[in-house]
Amino acid sequence: MDIAGAFSYHNLIFILKGFGITLWVAFVAIALSFVLGSIAGTLRYMRIPVVSRILGVLVELIRNLPLLLILFFTYFAMPDIGVKLGVMSSAIVGLAVFEAAMISEIVRSGLSSIPKGQVEAARSSGLSYLQAVWHIVLPQGLRRMVPPMVSQFISLLKDTSLAIVISLPELMHNAKIVIAQSYDYTIPILAIVAVLYFAVNYALSLAAKRLENKRI
Amino acid sequence: MPDISIWTDYFGIYMKGFGNTVAASVIALLGSFAIGTIIAVFRISSVKPLRWAGTAYVEFIRNIPLLLVIFVFYYGLPSIGITLSGFICGTIGLMVYTASFVAEAIRAGIMSVPAGQTEAARASGLSYTGTMRHVVLPQAIKIVIPPLSNQFINLVKNSSILGVFAGFDLMYYGDQVAGKTYATFDTYLFVALLYLVLTLPLSYAALRLERRLAGNG
Repeated sequence: MDIAGAFSYHNLIFILKGFGITLWVAFVAIALSFVLGSIAGTLRYMRIPVVSRILGVLVELIRNLPLLLILFFTYFAMPDIGVKLGVMSSAIVGLAVFEAAMISEIVRSGLSSIPKGQVEAARSSGLSYLQAVWHIVLPQGLRRMVPPMVSQFISLLKDTSLAIVISLPELMHNAKIVIAQSYDYTIPILAIVAVLYFAVNYALSLAAKRLENKRI
Repeated sequence: MPDISIWTDYFGIYMKGFGNTVAASVIALLGSFAIGTIIAVFRISSVKPLRWAGTAYVEFIRNIPLLLVIFVFYYGLPSIGITLSGFICGTIGLMVYTASFVAEAIRAGIMSVPAGQTEAARASGLSYTGTMRHVVLPQAIKIVIPPLSNQFINLVKNSSILGVFAGFDLMYYGDQVAGKTYATFDTYLFVALLYLVLTLPLSYAALRLERRLAGNG
C-alpha cells in the first residue's frame, strides 16, 4: 500500500474531478427524472383512458430492465437507429428514463394512498377533478412521497457509477484509471471513493429523515 | 423490424449468458439472505458492539455503489495477492451489497412485532431463540416478504453488472454479440427480452404475493 503515492496532488484532483461529474450528472438526472416521473405518475393516477395504460406498460417494461442495459441502449444502440448522443447526454438520458419510471411509481402510489372520499368531497363542494387533484391530493400525497423519493435519489447517485461502461469520466471511471497505475494505490483509492459516495448519500438520507420528522 | 437472424444465429451464446445470470442471481440470493439475516439479528441484538457492527455494515454498504463493492473484490483483493474471476467477484459483491438491504427489510419486519409479545413469550419461559423462532419470526415474515421480493428482483437486474467484469453473464455475452455483429440495437433488444423473461414473472409473482399477504393480514 502506498498512501502518499495514491493521494498525490494529481491523483486527488483527478478523483475530485470525477466526483464533480458524478454529482453533476446525478443532479441533472434527478431534476429530469423528478419532472418526468411526476408527470407520468400523476397521469397514471388519473386513469386517463389509453394514456394511463400505455404509460403503465412503459413504466413496467423500464422498471424491469437493468439500468446497465438501458445505458447500453442510449449510447451504443440508439446510433444504430439514427439517434446519436454524446457520452454525458447518453448517461443523463439513460439514468433519467430509468429513474423516472421508478419515481412515477412512487408518485402514483403516494397519490393513491389518499382516500378516494377526499376527492369526492372536494368534487361535491364544487371543485373540478383537476382542482381536487391539485389542491387536495397532491399536497398530501407529496409528503408521503418524500422518504421513498429520497432513497430513489440516493440510488440514482450510486447508479451514476454504471456510466463507467460508456466511459463517462465520473468518479468510478477516474478511480479505475488511478488504480491502473499501481497495485499499491488500489486500497487507498477505493477507500477515498467509498468515503466520497458515503458522505453525500448519508447526508442525503439524514436530511430525508429530518424532513420526514418535521412534516409529520 | 429487428433482424431475427441476430437472435437465432447466436441463440446458444445468449443462453449461456442467461444460464450464468440465473446462476449468479440464485447464489447471490441465497447468500444475501443468509448474511442479511445475521446482520439483522446483530442490529437488534442487546449486545452493543454487535449492534454497532450491524448498523455500520448496513449504513456503509447501502450508501456506496454496487460497482464499488465489486471493485473491492476485483481490484482490491489482487493487490493483497488473491485473484478471483469476474463471475465470483461479481456474485460475492452482489451478495454483500444486497445483504444490507435484506438486513434492513428483516429488521423492519422484526421490529413490527410488538415488544409485548416478546416479553410475554420470555415471561412464559421461552428462551430468546425460542421466542424468535416461534413468536416473532412467523409474524415478521409476512411483513418482510414484499420488500424482500423487490430486493430480489433488483438483484436479478443488478447481476447485469457482472458484464463489466467479464462475468460471462447475459449482459457480457450480449455485449460480445453486439461487438461482433455491429447490430447493437437488435442485439440489446433481444438481451432486454431475455431479462424481461426473468424479471416480469418475478414482479408479477411479487405483486400477487404482496396482495395475498395484505389480504390475510
